[in-house]
Amino acid sequence: MNSRILTIASNTFREAVRDRVLYNLIAFALLMVGAAILVGQISIGIERLVVLNLGLTAVSVFGMLIAIFIGIGLVSKEIEKRTLYTVLSRPVRRWEFIVGKYFGLAGTLVVNTFLMTVGVLGALFYVSHKIERLDAWVLVAVYFIVLQFLIITALTLLFSSFSSTIMSAVFAFALFVIGSFAEDLRGFAEITPGIAGMLAKGAAYVVPNFSALNVITSVAHGETVAGKLIFFNTAYAIFYSAAVLAGAVLIFDRRSMK
Amino acid sequence: MSVIEIAGLEKTYSTGFFRKTKKFALRPLELRVEQGEIFGYLGPNGAGKTTTLKMLMGLVFPSGGSARILGMDINDSKVKSRIGFLPEHPYFYDYLTGRELLDYYGQLSGVPSKQRRERVESLLHRVGLSDSAGTQLRKYSKGMLQRVGIAQALLHDPEVVFLDEPMSGLDPIGRREVRDLMEQLKKEGKTVFFSTHILSDAEALCDRVAILFQGELLRVGAVADLTANVQGKVEVTWSGATVPPSIRALGVECHITSDTARIVIDEQKQDAAVDALRAANLRMISLVPVRATLEDYFVQQLKTSRKAMAVSA
Repeated sequence: MNSRILTIASNTFREAVRDRVLYNLIAFALLMVGAAILVGQISIGIERLVVLNLGLTAVSVFGMLIAIFIGIGLVSKEIEKRTLYTVLSRPVRRWEFIVGKYFGLAGTLVVNTFLMTVGVLGALFYVSHKIERLDAWVLVAVYFIVLQFLIITALTLLFSSFSSTIMSAVFAFALFVIGSFAEDLRGFAEITPGIAGMLAKGAAYVVPNFSALNVITSVAHGETVAGKLIFFNTAYAIFYSAAVLAGAVLIFDRRSMK
Repeated sequence: MSVIEIAGLEKTYSTGFFRKTKKFALRPLELRVEQGEIFGYLGPNGAGKTTTLKMLMGLVFPSGGSARILGMDINDSKVKSRIGFLPEHPYFYDYLTGRELLDYYGQLSGVPSKQRRERVESLLHRVGLSDSAGTQLRKYSKGMLQRVGIAQALLHDPEVVFLDEPMSGLDPIGRREVRDLMEQLKKEGKTVFFSTHILSDAEALCDRVAILFQGELLRVGAVADLTANVQGKVEVTWSGATVPPSIRALGVECHITSDTARIVIDEQKQDAAVDALRAANLRMISLVPVRATLEDYFVQQLKTSRKAMAVSA
């Protein structure tokens, strides 16, 4: 990675830390402690299922909220506040700024997710009193959640490069919801004839397929994840994010600062 | 050698519902700034000064024309490591301290680590922020932000410095310090291009100035050359707090104190004023020519342009 991208990325990370974004971990920790104590008392035999479902869903929701709420301001806030002027008047290319911002937020989310995962595993250990070989698949579920973050971060950055923060938030949330039902959309496209079916099929392939990246339930039930799925999901997330980032760069490259 | 060459640079905006009406933010601009000079870019608010600077910095894309800085096209990112820029009313990342901010910009400008540390400390000292270097920018006053803005513009030791309203937000001492700093930059052989609407600053500092009005360049030249042809004025002072009717008839404003009165009139009217005082048996204390200032010239130019626009409309 070139040094300017790294500088912008580390500054974005520093901004998130100083703006107390990682404070969400306190709420998450309280949730995990509460859930672990409660589950230990009321559910017999399904503690693992409940803790994993609740914990991993919380990891996903907390991360998504951070990705969207920080991501939507990454570019637009810099334009509105005019902090961008002194950055772009240096030998920084516009694409470097976008990519640096992307890696900065992605890094924040990875660190945040790592700490939350430690919390989930801690809660799991508290209720089941042991760590099983099966628990390794929890890490795959977390990895898929991170892949979702990479995609949603790229999308929010894309919206942020041409839209206001509020509209960016609306677009990002809408895509998150639609993307979570991408498999259903594909199913609907297959049974719908004519133009509507074609449109649904087109939309199903354009929106991010978050449902394929969600293995929380199956992992919580003790199922394993196929290696092929890990490979395809990784490739999908990388290509999808790269394509969206390229779009953000194309838009931002043509944008005049007010 | 010209370090800034602007050839036909222009900016238009489309307005109206169908965006068919074109509005000029900057009419085709031809301008050259020579190496080592302090160049003042003057104009009232909305004249197009900031638009020009934004285009030179690559923040706004021109609608036409081209510009070169240090012989390189403004779109060439290499040129940006050799220029410094202070935007108008600068905003910075307020979660950073002054020292961190300068270090960040130093990294972006590619200043090597050891040299960067030295430059950061020396510039913090130069702009008088050494004591607040560890304070987050959200706690800085407007004047302190302006100072840190100037420091970031000079951090990578640029050859050409662009300052957009550098005196804005500074108290009289701060303004004097910035003036001294600009003169120091000139002594170091750097070129300073700064925009302002405070004419006394430009008059005191600039080798040459350009006057911009409603997106159009009116004049370029040395301050002395520009003001040479401005109609001269004289200040007449006499004892006694009375003003003869014939003086009032000249249509000038009289400034009366307890025992003297004073008027400023055009040179051509000075004989009439002296005659009027003699006829009224008032003792003249002084008759002093008033040197034409850049402000006089500026106001005259703006009036002429407004009249010309009114006629053409």
